[in-house]
This record gives sequence, C-alpha cells and structure tokens, in this order.
Amino acid sequence: MREYTLAAAGGIVLAVVLEAAVLRTGMFLDRRYWLALAIVACFQLLVNGMLTCPPIVAYDGRRILGPRVACAPVEDLAFGFAMVTATLSLWRWTGRRPR
Amino acid sequence: MFGRATYLAVMAACVLVTLPLELVLRARVYARPRRWLASLLPVFVVFGVWDYVAIRRGHWSYDPRLTSGVRFLGGVLPLEEVVFFLVVPTCAILTYQAVKRLLGPAGDRERPDRARPDRLDRERR
Repeated sequence: MREYTLAAAGGIVLAVVLEAAVLRTGMFLDRRYWLALAIVACFQLLVNGMLTCPPIVAYDGRRILGPRVACAPVEDLAFGFAMVTATLSLWRWTGRRPR
Repeated sequence: MFGRATYLAVMAACVLVTLPLELVLRARVYARPRRWLASLLPVFVVFGVWDYVAIRRGHWSYDPRLTSGVRFLGGVLPLEEVVFFLVVPTCAILTYQAVKRLLGPAGDRERPDRARPDRLDRERR
C-alpha cells in the first residue's frame, strides 16, 4: 500500500485545518506566508536533492506514487508543505496580539 | 566527502546559510528563544512520531555510510532526523521573518516586532 502517499495527503489536510480552523492567524490570506513558502520550497528541492540523490535517505518504491522531484518522491513536497505551514502557523499564533 | 557526517553536514549548511537572516536582516527568531522553541515543539513531536512510524514500517531508510549511526527510541530514530526537525522548521521561520522585514508588517494580526513583548517573549531585548 502507498502509505507514504496517504500520510502525506493527511499531513496537508491536518496542517491546513490547524491554521484555518484551530489557530486562525489569517496566514492563508497573507502574501508574506506564500512568498516565504515559495522561497522555502526552492531550498527544500536543493536539500531534498542532497539527501535523496546520493542517496542518504532511500525510499521504498512500494510506499510512494512514483514521480520524483530532485530525486525525492513528490510526497516529500507534501511533507515539507505540512511541516512548514504548521510551523509558521504556530509561530504567528505564539506572537499574536492579546485581545 | 563528509563520510558518516554527511547528513549532519547538510543540516549544518542549512543553519549557516540562514544565519545572515538573523544576524543581518534581524529576523529575531533566535533572539526570542521561548517563542521559537514553543513554535517548534508541537511540530517536532508530531513529525518525529510520523518519522518513527515511517521508519518502523519501512517507508524510508538511511545509508549507514553517510549517517552517524546514533539512533534514539530503541535504535529507530536517527540523530540526523532529530536535528532535521529542529533545523528545517527554524529555517522556515527565519525565512518568514526575513520576508516580513522586507515586505513590512502590513495588515496582519501579529504583534509588530518592535512593540511590547510577545506572549511567549519575556526575554530581555
């Protein structure tokens, strides 16, 4: 079973729900989040390449869809999105103004 | 080139490359250690658990020639992954703060960086 594919999709959903329904910092309406996300994504491809081209980290082909970007499974992009989105949402939340 | 320190060297490079964001652009992430660590902790735990389960279930594995061999939680979670879950989210926050510095604070619900301390920001400035 493509468990990493399922987990990665779940990661996206949970990160989006965390921001949109739980912490609600308005991040998805803030262009600075999207710009930071785009910059981080570029560096993620670089680091993904360094980790998965040698490979330092090797993936079981039965757990993933198959397509790869910079040697890493596409699922890694979802993993990265979930991690960065959750982190930035929490960062904004911990710095929010008191009401 | 770095042998068993290769993965750790990649992580060190991430820290070094983003350091100017704090030191030059004054991202003020390391300057607010309580808020920094509070933001990191939930992500560290959740993604650490994800990683642990994925390794146990064979989703991915690590080349013993390019990793330190130090592992936690019953010999499962590599030291490098623990470092990864601290370093990469930190790089993301530094990037976000740098973008904020460059684009300005326009229209968000966060406290301005130079105003009174954040909820989790009791350190001296």
